[in-house]
Parts: sequence; C-alpha cells; structure tokens
Amino acid sequence: MNTQHTERRDDVVAAPSRFPLREVILFGALLAMILGVYAMMGSAYSTRMLVEAACYAILALGLTIQWGYAGQFNAGVMGFVALGSFATMFFSVPVNEAFWVTELPGELGLALLYVTAAVLIVYGATKLDRIGVPKRLRTLIAIVLAVALYLTVISVLREVTGEIESRAGFIGGLGLPAWSGWIVGGALAGVIGYFIGHICLGLRSDYLAIATLGIAEIIKAFLKNSDWLTRGTATVSPLPWPTPGPSELGFTLARALYLSLTAVMIAAIFFLLHRAYHAPWGRMIRAIRDNEISAAAMGKDINKRRLEIFVLGCILMGIGGGALASFNSIFDPNGFLPLNHTFLVLVMVILGGPGNNLGTIFGAVAVYIIWLMSEPLALFLMHGAAALSEGWFGWEPPGNLDSRALQARVFVIGLLITLVLRFAPQGLLPEKVKHHG
Amino acid sequence: MPLLEARDVHGGYGGMNILNGVNMSIEANEVGVIVGPNGAGKSTMLKAIFGLLTVSQGEILLRGEPIHNLPPNKLVQKGMGFVPQEKNVFPSLTVKENLEMGAFLKPGNVKRMLKQIYDVFPPLYDKRHQPAGELSGGQRQMVAMGRALMAEPDVLLLDEPTAGLSPLYMNEIFERVKEVNAAGVGILMVEQNAKQALAIADKGFVLAAGKNRFTDTGAALLADPEVAKSFLGG
Amino acid sequence: MNELVFFINNVIVAGSVSGSIYAIGAIGVTLIFSIMRFAHFAHADMMTFGTFMVLLLTLAFPGVGAVVGLPTPIVMLPLAIVLTALLAVGIDKTFYKPLRAHGVKPIVMVIASLGVTLMLQGLIRLFSGTGAQNLYLAGERKEIYRLEMPFELASRPVIVTEPQIILFVLTIVCVVGLHLFLNRTRLGKAMRAMSDNPDLARASGINTNHIVAVTWVIAGGLAAIAGTLLALDVTFKPDLSFFLLLPIFAAAIVGGVGHPYGAIAGGFVVGFAETLAVFNWAVLLRPFRDSLPEWLAQAGNLAFVGTEYKIVVPFFILVAILVWRPTGIFKGKVI
Repeated sequence: MNTQHTERRDDVVAAPSRFPLREVILFGALLAMILGVYAMMGSAYSTRMLVEAACYAILALGLTIQWGYAGQFNAGVMGFVALGSFATMFFSVPVNEAFWVTELPGELGLALLYVTAAVLIVYGATKLDRIGVPKRLRTLIAIVLAVALYLTVISVLREVTGEIESRAGFIGGLGLPAWSGWIVGGALAGVIGYFIGHICLGLRSDYLAIATLGIAEIIKAFLKNSDWLTRGTATVSPLPWPTPGPSELGFTLARALYLSLTAVMIAAIFFLLHRAYHAPWGRMIRAIRDNEISAAAMGKDINKRRLEIFVLGCILMGIGGGALASFNSIFDPNGFLPLNHTFLVLVMVILGGPGNNLGTIFGAVAVYIIWLMSEPLALFLMHGAAALSEGWFGWEPPGNLDSRALQARVFVIGLLITLVLRFAPQGLLPEKVKHHG
Repeated sequence: MPLLEARDVHGGYGGMNILNGVNMSIEANEVGVIVGPNGAGKSTMLKAIFGLLTVSQGEILLRGEPIHNLPPNKLVQKGMGFVPQEKNVFPSLTVKENLEMGAFLKPGNVKRMLKQIYDVFPPLYDKRHQPAGELSGGQRQMVAMGRALMAEPDVLLLDEPTAGLSPLYMNEIFERVKEVNAAGVGILMVEQNAKQALAIADKGFVLAAGKNRFTDTGAALLADPEVAKSFLGG
Repeated sequence: MNELVFFINNVIVAGSVSGSIYAIGAIGVTLIFSIMRFAHFAHADMMTFGTFMVLLLTLAFPGVGAVVGLPTPIVMLPLAIVLTALLAVGIDKTFYKPLRAHGVKPIVMVIASLGVTLMLQGLIRLFSGTGAQNLYLAGERKEIYRLEMPFELASRPVIVTEPQIILFVLTIVCVVGLHLFLNRTRLGKAMRAMSDNPDLARASGINTNHIVAVTWVIAGGLAAIAGTLLALDVTFKPDLSFFLLLPIFAAAIVGGVGHPYGAIAGGFVVGFAETLAVFNWAVLLRPFRDSLPEWLAQAGNLAFVGTEYKIVVPFFILVAILVWRPTGIFKGKVI
C-alpha cells in the first residue's frame, strides 16, 4: 500500500521501511488469536464473534474518522448505534396486523400531523419580526405558542400512544428487508449528528463530548420508554436477517454468510475512506485538524468540513448499529450500554490507531476478542477470589458475583483508555503522516 | 560587579536560534534599553533572561551568580521582576488583588509595598477596587509594573511598556520608569519608541539579527549618525 | 390551597434540593475547568466515591450519630471529604499530570477523565454492587418536618426532611466559604489569578502545581458533599454517573464556564427547570375547574415531560444555551 517514497515523520514511525513489517506482525498475531479461539470454542461461536467484531469495526471506522481525521470526540456512539438498531427493527420486523386493522394508524397519523403543524406554527412565529413585529414581542409570542402547542400536542400524542399500547401492543414494523433499515438507520443517525454537530462544532471540543454523551442517554431513554414504538423493555425479537438464517443453513454457514456480507461492507467503506483521505477533501480535513488557524487563513470553510466529517462518522455508526441489531436478532433498548457501545469502540480506535483505518479494523477485532474472552476470565477470577476469602477469612461472598465480575471489566476498559493515552497516544498502528506537497 | 550581565547568549525556540551571541550588562542604578528592528531578538532576549526559553550557549549572571535556565518562580525569588508586553494583568482581579499577586512570595511585604506603589502610581489608588480588565491601556501598564514591583525586585525587565499607548501616556510611563530606577531598581527594557527610550537610557543595546550591533550609553547612541540612520529613522 | 402546598413540595422544595446538589457539583467542575481547561467527566463518580466512603464509614461506626445528635452519615462526612480530596489529588498525580506535562490537547484530557470515570465506576460497583442502598441504617430514620400552612383551606403540610435541611445549610456554608476563600485568602486569589492568566501567575512566582492540587482538594471535597447529600435525600445509587453529569455540566455552562458564582446560579436554574418540567400543571388548574373551558378542565396530565425523560431537561437547557449564549448567563472566561 505504501510506496517506499512515502515520507514519514520520525516521531511517528521509527524508520522508513520498505516492507510493512509492523502491520504484518500485528495482523499475524491477530490471525493466530482468531485461530486459537476457533480451536478452543468451536466454529459456530467463533464465527459469531467475528461477525460481531466486524459490526464493531464499522462503528470504530465511524469513530476513527471523527476522532482520528478531525479531532472530534464523540462520547455518544451508543446513541447512534441505538438509532441504527431501532430503524432496522422498525423496517424489518413483520407488519403488526392488530395495529393496522384498527383506526389507530389514522389517529397516529393525525397526531403526527398535529406535531408537524405545531412545529411549523412555532417556526413561523419565530420569523414574525420579518413582518414588523418587535423582536421582544416575537420572542414572547413564540415561547407562549410553543408551550401551549407543545402541551396540546403531547397530550394528544399520549392518548394515541396509550391506546396503541393497550390495544395493539406496539405499531410493529414495515416488513421490509433488513438492509433498508440499515440505510435508514444510518440516515437517522446522520440527521441527529447533523443537529448536534451544527450546535457544537464551532465551540470548544469539550462541548461536543458533553452533548453527545447527553443525546445518547436521551435516545436510549426515548427508545426504552416508548412502548408503543419499540415495546420498550419487553424487547422485539426475532429480527430477520438479510442473509439466509441459521434455520436454513445451520449456525456456522449462516453466520459465515453474514460475516462475508459485513466484510464486503467494511471493504467498501475502507475503500471509499481511503479514496477520500487521499483526495483533496481528506487533505483539507487533516489540514484543519493539524492547524485550524492557518487552514482558516487559507480560506477553508472549517465548520462545514467538520460537520461533514462528523455526520459521516455518525452515519457509519448508524449502519454498524443496524448490522449488529439484525445479527443479534433482538432489539433491546436496555441492552445499549455506554460501556459496550461507546467506550469499547473508543478503546478499539485509540488502541488500533486513530486516523488509520487499517489500524482501527485491527483494533476492533483484537479488542473485541479480548473483550469476549475476558468475560469467563473475570468470572473465574471472581469466583476464585470469593472461594479464597471464604476459606481464609470466613467472608460470605456476595450473591451477585456475576454482575460484579462485569464491573471488573469496566475498570479494565477505563484503565486501558488512560494507559493508551499516556504510553501509546498514536495507537499500535499510527496514522501515517505525510509531508504535504 | 554588574547587577545583570549576559555573556554571548545563544538561544531560541525548538532548535531555531534567534539569539546568536548577545552581550549586555547593567548596574543597579542604570536603565538599560534594548532597541532594534523587528525580528532582531529583542523580546526573545528578555524572555531568555527570565527563563522562558532555553539558553543553549553563553551565560546570564545576576550579581555574578549564573541564572540562565532557572524557572521563572526561582528568578522572582532571586529578585527579578518581569512585565510581559501583552496579557500582563489578571483582568478579573481587582487592581489591589493584582498587586497582591505580585507579592505572592513575600506576603509580609504587601501592606508596605502597596503604599509605595500607590505613591508611584496615584491613579491606581483610586481604581484599586476595580477589575484590572476594565482599565485603560496606560493604567493597565501601571498595574503590570506595580505588580512586578511588589516583590521588591533588584532588576525589572519590561517588554515594550509603551506599546500601543498614546504619546501622553508614553511619557508618563517613562517618567515612572526613571522614578523606579531612582529608587534603586535596575531596569532593562525593550522599546519600539527608540528615540524616547534612549533619551532616558544609561545604556543602550542595538540588536540586529540576534547580535549586538551597537552598545553604548543612550546619549552616545542617539548622537551616533549611523545608529540614527539605520535604526532611528533618520 | 392544597394544590399550592403540593406545588411548594414538588417544585420549590424539590427544585431547591436538586438545585443545591447540582450547584455544589458544578462549582467543582467549573473550578477544574478554569484551572486546567478541560471538562472533567469523572466528577459524578467522584461524588459516588465520596458517598460510598460515607456508607462504608457509617457501616463501620453505626452508633456515632446518636451520640452527637446528627445522622451518622453526616458525622462521617468530613472524613469522606478528606478521603475524596485525597483520591482527587491522587488521580491527578497518576493520570492527568503526566498528560498535562506532555502538553496534550484538552480533549485528550477529557478522554482520560472518561477512562478515570470508568475505573472509578468499576471499582465502586465491584465492592458495592449495583443496587441502591440506604444511608440510613437500621436504628436511624429520617426526621420529617411537617410545616402546617397558616391558611384555612390548606389541610396538607409542607414537608421538609432532615437531610434536606442539612443540605440547605451545607450549601449556604459551601457558597459562603467558597466566596471567602476566593476573595479573602492569598491562595484563593492566586487561584483566580491562575484561572485568569496562568503564564502571568507563574511569572509572579505562584507555584501552579500547588494551585492545581488545591483545586482538586476543593473539587473532591465538594463532590463528596454533593454525593452524600443526594444519597441522604434519596438513596445511594452507584449507577447514577452519567445522569448526574449532564445536569452538572449544563449548570456549569449555563452559569458561564470558569465562573464559580455562575455555577451556583446555573445549578439552581437546572434544578428548578427539572422540577418545573416534570410538574403536572393540571394540579394547579383544579381549583378553577368550574370557570375553565371544558377541554382545559378535563386535562389530566399537563406535565411537560414524564419523569422518565427528566434527563432531557438539562440537555435542552444545554443546547439552548450553546445556541443562544455559549458564554453562559454570567460571561464565562474561556470558550
């Protein structure tokens, strides 16, 4: 991939090498790790692990372009994953006849129409100053209207959704192929990302982290509490696969087929990102990250470029979340955890090499394998410690050992983040920084 | 023994040398002025003395004791004060608090020194409870000098104290500088307003390309036609 | 008039309670920001840590409170403050200081603080489990004060609990103490100076490492107070982290980042906004039932958001302030 003429900064890579030695060693080790898991856990389990790792790789690619290319830190990957999962569920789950045969769809449609109308009216009120209404009066009118209309609309909506919950359970899906949900999920994540980015990207980078952390919890709260839309904590399953399922092909083969689908997606994303990175657009993005002021001085529209990259990253997260939900075949709003869906992805990116797509994919697969393998290990250690303390000190081990063992992993992920930042801030496969021109 | 002495100082940022052998020395009762064209290394020299950048060669002595590459807080303890050109006050602190911060290492001095500073800069007394950020440029410069004087330094480094001030304030500041010097504080300052500054200078150092170009008394430099032609705008 | 009492209980009292807690938390966040220039994401878990220390100490010495005449957790609070302050300084020395020395961008510090928050979360939940626990152990109970209203028609009392009163007192103590510290002491002034202009602070001979340590001590101590009082008011929940973080950040930003008094005001803005948003306004309409149009009189639930969406409120405030006035209501120093 790199020619020997590639110039490297000496603080990034030790010496210019003709042969990508580091890559070969690392991926060789990864392959050995995968083969080891296959040998130990059997092919059905291991293939499942690889599919999940592949979905995570898509999430990690989304984060690596935000963090690595543009220096934007998204602390709410989970929210975008949840959006992708939700869209996938909504599009791919079979149609709920119990809902559609009643008059409820009409009422819901009407309620949504009210929502749209209310939004338009309030938006119109904010523009009243254009026709000569004083600004203060306009603000007052807009606020009063917004409050009144909001209360009206929300109570109509509550009524309808309550009705749906009691009579039909939930509104069901659209019965479309899963991939349509992935695409819409990506788009949905992109739209939310656009709004967040639009508000935060011109400000200090900390604000983006705070806002994304918040929106992720809000998306989760919404999906968890909107029983009429998602069945809430009752979960929706099974979600159909875009490829033939295990019942037709058997576990290993079906999962292998799914794996090849995700592999093709990763390859496509990788290729497109590679092209974009080396295109003028990618150079501009990196120029902005490395020196905002001089990039602005050269007349680049910084905020627009930043918004583009942020939205692109969010879209990838939405798609990855959709692929993950389809594969797990369940939509469970309680299953979205900051640890699993935000911080794990963060570790994958910073360990693999932020801004280096190959490194990010390596990081995703390697970290996911370690993550899965650490679960039994953590349990084993906890039970060992419990047995010891019982035997030696006569302590009663607490009953919920398993849930506590999981907390040990929270600690390890946190420790890993701080250690990598301190000792390997460029990751295992650092971004290759070329001299411009 | 001179109060402050620099011998063949080399230094700069990130491996790039800006100073290529600067020599200067001032006595306790002297005002030293550094002048020269833009990029000559005037402010850089001041920063090198105050430990804000690494001196790679040569030495800087305070009362004969080598001080180069000591951190700023050590230098304050040893009796050096520094007034940066920009951002030289704490804008949200009141004038009085700004001055108190100057005596952070000598809390016992505060009362006595406050009185002295108010005597030298009477406008500050009236504004003592006002945030320094609300003052005019000239008053801010007084706060900045006052803050540095609070620690009772033996030598005071001033980086372009009159930059951006009206001629009226400029003369006022130069007056105060002389006054402070008369009270026994050695002064080393960088100035753009070279003529006016050299007029009050006991010693003048004309730097060009990181080296001494002319070194003499202020009056002699002013009288030197070559200096006037190249550096004082005729 | 019972409706009014209901309003006082659910909005005024409850809003002051969460407002105080957010304010104390936000002061810490804003101080850290003004000295070290990064948003400290581990703050909520420092609060949890402080509370957990109180819980452990209360378990270890259950009878102490009765001797002094205060709830045991309050008696244990000073010790927990010290422990949390030590923890904060230790975390800084181990994790943040090396990064600072390396001169990393502030956002890297943010990520590091997320790493720290996960470590704290993991450790605390490893030992405490994830369930809620009451700080009032057997033998102690929350005193509840019922204030009868001097109106004829109000049959229900305004209810304030003992921990709430302690909370109000401690909030006032913290605010006054902070004010005196920042404006009257040499160290406090040096802290403000460093927040204004770190380079000049260094040039004045102020030891900035020392100021950083003091900042952590204060932030850690305040975190322990806020966490413990929250837990006394409800229960100790080790998994509140991100749900506390958002209102606290919102409070700090609303007040103007780097502005301690702003953080206090911001805390109460966010606290009251939350209680006002989840309050069912239909209750206040009930006395006027007969004179209202039917559709309004019939309305059963006129709350802006359900309690399950409480977290939306600080987020909405945050977004609104970022859009309209990113410097906060009091002008923040650093953006």
